[in-house]
Amino acid sequence: MSGPSTYQPQNGFLKWFESRLPLGGLIHSSFIVFPNPRNLNYWWTFGGILAFMLVAQIVTGVVLVMHYTPHTSLAFTSVEGIMRDVNYGWLLRYLHANGASMFFIAVYVHIFRGLYYGSYKAPREVLWVLGMIIFLLMMATGFMGYVLPWGQMSFWGATVITNLFSAIPIVGETIVTWLWGGFAVDNPTLNRFFSLHYLLPFVIAGVVVLHIWALHVPGSNNPTGVSVKSEQDTLPFHPYFTVKDALGLVVFLIVFMWFTFYLPNYMGHPDNYTPANPLVTPAHIVPEWYFLPFYAILRSVPDKLGGVIAMFGAIAVLFAVPWLDTSKVRSANFRPLYRQFFWILVIVSIGLGYLGSRPAEGGYVIASRILTIYYFFHFLVILPLLGLFEKPKPLPASITESVLGKGAANVTAGAPAAPQTK
Amino acid sequence: MMKTLSEKIARFGLAISLSVAAATLAVGPVNAAEEGAAAAPHYPLVKPPQEPWSFAGVFGRFDTAQLQRGYQVYKEVCAACHSMDLMSFRNLAQPGGPHFTEAQAKAVAESFQVQDGPNDEGDMFERPARLSDRFPAPFPNHQAAAAANNGKAPPDLSLMGKARAVERGFPWFILDIFTQYQEGGPDYIHGLLTGYKEPPAGTEVGPGLHYNVGFASGSAIAMAPPLSDGQVTYSDGSPETVDQYSRDVSAFLMWTAEPHLDARKRIGFQVIIFLIVFAGLLYFTKKKIWSRIAH
Repeated sequence: MSGPSTYQPQNGFLKWFESRLPLGGLIHSSFIVFPNPRNLNYWWTFGGILAFMLVAQIVTGVVLVMHYTPHTSLAFTSVEGIMRDVNYGWLLRYLHANGASMFFIAVYVHIFRGLYYGSYKAPREVLWVLGMIIFLLMMATGFMGYVLPWGQMSFWGATVITNLFSAIPIVGETIVTWLWGGFAVDNPTLNRFFSLHYLLPFVIAGVVVLHIWALHVPGSNNPTGVSVKSEQDTLPFHPYFTVKDALGLVVFLIVFMWFTFYLPNYMGHPDNYTPANPLVTPAHIVPEWYFLPFYAILRSVPDKLGGVIAMFGAIAVLFAVPWLDTSKVRSANFRPLYRQFFWILVIVSIGLGYLGSRPAEGGYVIASRILTIYYFFHFLVILPLLGLFEKPKPLPASITESVLGKGAANVTAGAPAAPQTK
Repeated sequence: MMKTLSEKIARFGLAISLSVAAATLAVGPVNAAEEGAAAAPHYPLVKPPQEPWSFAGVFGRFDTAQLQRGYQVYKEVCAACHSMDLMSFRNLAQPGGPHFTEAQAKAVAESFQVQDGPNDEGDMFERPARLSDRFPAPFPNHQAAAAANNGKAPPDLSLMGKARAVERGFPWFILDIFTQYQEGGPDYIHGLLTGYKEPPAGTEVGPGLHYNVGFASGSAIAMAPPLSDGQVTYSDGSPETVDQYSRDVSAFLMWTAEPHLDARKRIGFQVIIFLIVFAGLLYFTKKKIWSRIAH
């Protein structure tokens, strides 16, 4: 928040209300006059897109629940009832199912944007860690949501993933029994997954509030990575970034609707249109696409416990990124080597995703192992060493200079204050 | 010196990832080919060809006449062994489907007897089916279906149009996003129904099994060839061939799997046009607002 609120309530009621609960002032300072770096590009619109997706998932989800029955004998048919007999039920369900995929596409873009522009570096470490907590919660929510239609992949995906916990020494089996609520994935499992699938999005919403709060203390990073130094480096959130975010969101929605209306089952698996059958195992059990890189890492380790540790380690290492990166320069635009390694990491991550969808055999396993080793090598070796060896390019003196060129920067310097250092 | 060293590291990293990518692409198929020679070949033996479905693409719609023929094939052939639990007779009259009139659908329903009850005396009784009734299943339960069919119960057909598909593989799964390919189900069903061939010399086909090059789980399927030329009499003069029957019944099974497909594609077009116009307006609004400042 950038200093005391400048919000002036316009009428008597708002004045009365504002003096009792300064909600208008909070919204005004956070989303109207909030100073954003003037050079934010369209990669920065994904924060707003993610906020929209969370709300969209909650709204469609709440309506779906009105028609869904969380019982092993009824779940599958109740979902088909939604698809067939509920007015526009097919639309609600396809929006919700494809919305989950879109949510993950947006969050992966958002995370890689943060990695490219060094948005995790001081003073934004807490912001980054909160984002990673949201990512973890999203994974849990997405996984449990996929179980609810109680198709073959729902059932077998749940069986495989919950079984991972049995790798924990000594207490593993007990934990799995406790997760299942019995001795196999069954009705108690479906019930608790349903309960948690409804609960976790609201937990996400809570952490999102913290995430935005932590963002609004130092303000947004920007493509140069140079901190805001004067008021002319920034523009008010409204109208400049409301309109830019809106444009980014609508273009994103075009992609979202393309899938929802024309490729609604593209991201799903045909087997999930067969009701769950504990006696018939599908030929290949694959998780949703957004888990595939982690699934590849899990399977690349020959030992079960080792695989589980590697998979959770692949997420844990992301939490540590602010402290693994030793470079003082934020943006990869000024880090010629990091920039190359960043793109290699992107390719490696996509490669792991592809390998996660392949059967675990022959060349695929070898490739998964190499890419898994590289993934950890990037974070644990390259990132710390690069900051010591790399010679960054010269940084612009200010954001304004990077936008308008040298000389233009100081012509109109009206307010010499440094609002961002508060 | 440090710079050159780190550049070398960067090149090394790039080289690794590129070679792994190449290895993945190369090793994958080789690996599969080796397996093909030694162990299990890839099923189905023949990938189903992409058929020109009327319901494919942006403006795709079900062909009413085809769905009516498909229903006829289903009713006269498939329904002898397969259930279709999710469909009701009323669905036959709903828009975007075979579009029978309500009277026709009622007549179809009344040609079936279903069990109802208990009545006031506590007895179960038979009555003609109504529009609100589900399609009756050919067997009273799963076990009976299995017992009558060589131990393997014929699967329910309600969702068959979406529950089966042959994996597309690279690069098709990327191109499919742009071509909107979502017809893997009907392509597979058509491939399966037309996939009964004479087994090549030296191929062992187990007892009670039938060689089929379109089957996804092996080279032989328990289902006997269900269709033969001239088996179903069409009233609209369409060819009475196995190919035409399987085409029609595949389209029908796509409809039973996705009864609101027509509405989905119609609304989708409106939504996308709206969003494109909206995006255009926002683009110019954004340009106007940002023209106030140098950027």
